[in-house]
Amino acid sequence: MASLRDIKNRITSTKKTSQITKAMQMVSAAKMTRAEMNAKAFVPYMEKIQDVTASIALGSSDASHPMLVSRPVKKTGYVVITSDRGLAGAYNSSILRAVNQTIQKRHKSNDEFVIIAVGRTALDFFKGKGMNVILDIVGVADQPSFAEIKDIASKTVGMFSDETFDELFIYYSHYVSAIQQDVTSKKILPLTDISSSDKLASYEFEPSAEEILKVLLPQYAESLIYGALLDSKASEHASRMTAMKSATDNANDLINSLSLSYNRARQAAITQEITEIVGGAAALE
Amino acid sequence: MKTIKVSVVTPDGPVYEADVEMVSTKAESGELGILAGHVPMVAPLQIGAVRLKNGDQTDFVAVNGGFLEVRPDQVTILAQSAEQANEIDLERAKLARERAEQRLNDQKRDNVDIRRAELALQRAVNRVNVSERNV
Repeated sequence: MASLRDIKNRITSTKKTSQITKAMQMVSAAKMTRAEMNAKAFVPYMEKIQDVTASIALGSSDASHPMLVSRPVKKTGYVVITSDRGLAGAYNSSILRAVNQTIQKRHKSNDEFVIIAVGRTALDFFKGKGMNVILDIVGVADQPSFAEIKDIASKTVGMFSDETFDELFIYYSHYVSAIQQDVTSKKILPLTDISSSDKLASYEFEPSAEEILKVLLPQYAESLIYGALLDSKASEHASRMTAMKSATDNANDLINSLSLSYNRARQAAITQEITEIVGGAAALE
Repeated sequence: MKTIKVSVVTPDGPVYEADVEMVSTKAESGELGILAGHVPMVAPLQIGAVRLKNGDQTDFVAVNGGFLEVRPDQVTILAQSAEQANEIDLERAKLARERAEQRLNDQKRDNVDIRRAELALQRAVNRVNVSERNV
């Protein structure tokens, strides 16, 4: 049985750990609220751009654009969004597992696909597996602005245009609620399934539908990537919060059971002392 | 005078929302003025200022590209970034302008860099102009 001092030490260190995890939990909770707000602020933009894109792409049949057309797939691009830091429960591992499984299933060799990694975890994972990471970005802020992600988004869209790859998927964690986040995969390019609300307005185009598509479609694809990033940031903080909450709970359980054994040990020591004294006194009589 | 609802939306959230009498801005194909009851229309915008006139008051918004969607009762401007005149950081815009000019004078760069520097210069100049109401 562990000595009194050992137990005491363990209690103190567990308490300190729980203080840290508790603090991290509260920080993540605050960040999650902000991230959720950012994701909400983005919704009007996304809805609008989707409406306009759909009404142009679906409305005028004569308008065509390379981004709307599927071509034979020689190479596939995967955008994988993870966090830079760990301690977020299954957040990173579930995304990476999903991507890895898809890749194993669809591709026979590493030449058939390229990876665009957002976040250090994804970068290290795919590099470690010897896969072809063509673009990466680490150190994305907790509240990313569009300007921050613009560079990688437009480069990614540009790579589709210059046929570095022929289709593009994005893998990220979709924020459902504070306790539920789902790994989601979406096909971004080519833009074959643009959904729209029922009311399609018929527009005049100035100067022409083609010219507008040229501006609009890259912007639309970039917004899809940015939207996914905002969504996954909210998930990251939510899942870190949950992970830290359960860590704190575990620490508290541990402290409780340790205190119990500490008290038992202390009681045992006292009892033993009394017995010894009584025994000693009896021997003297 | 009849008014039309205008909203300027960016990925970072709405920047401007109000009812105004007239919207005028520079589209890729030229200057554009929109009053209430305009035919539905879509047009890409240049980097430039959007002037929103309401009575004798005129608001300015700097937009970096994007496009304009017009419906009879509403105008929506979708841009990747936009700022109202009084929200522009003038010092920063001036610094950005200097940086871009410097880069353009530096001849050794390739085409991509020059194109980017030009765009950055346009944006910075636009911000400075809008901030000083000089449009």
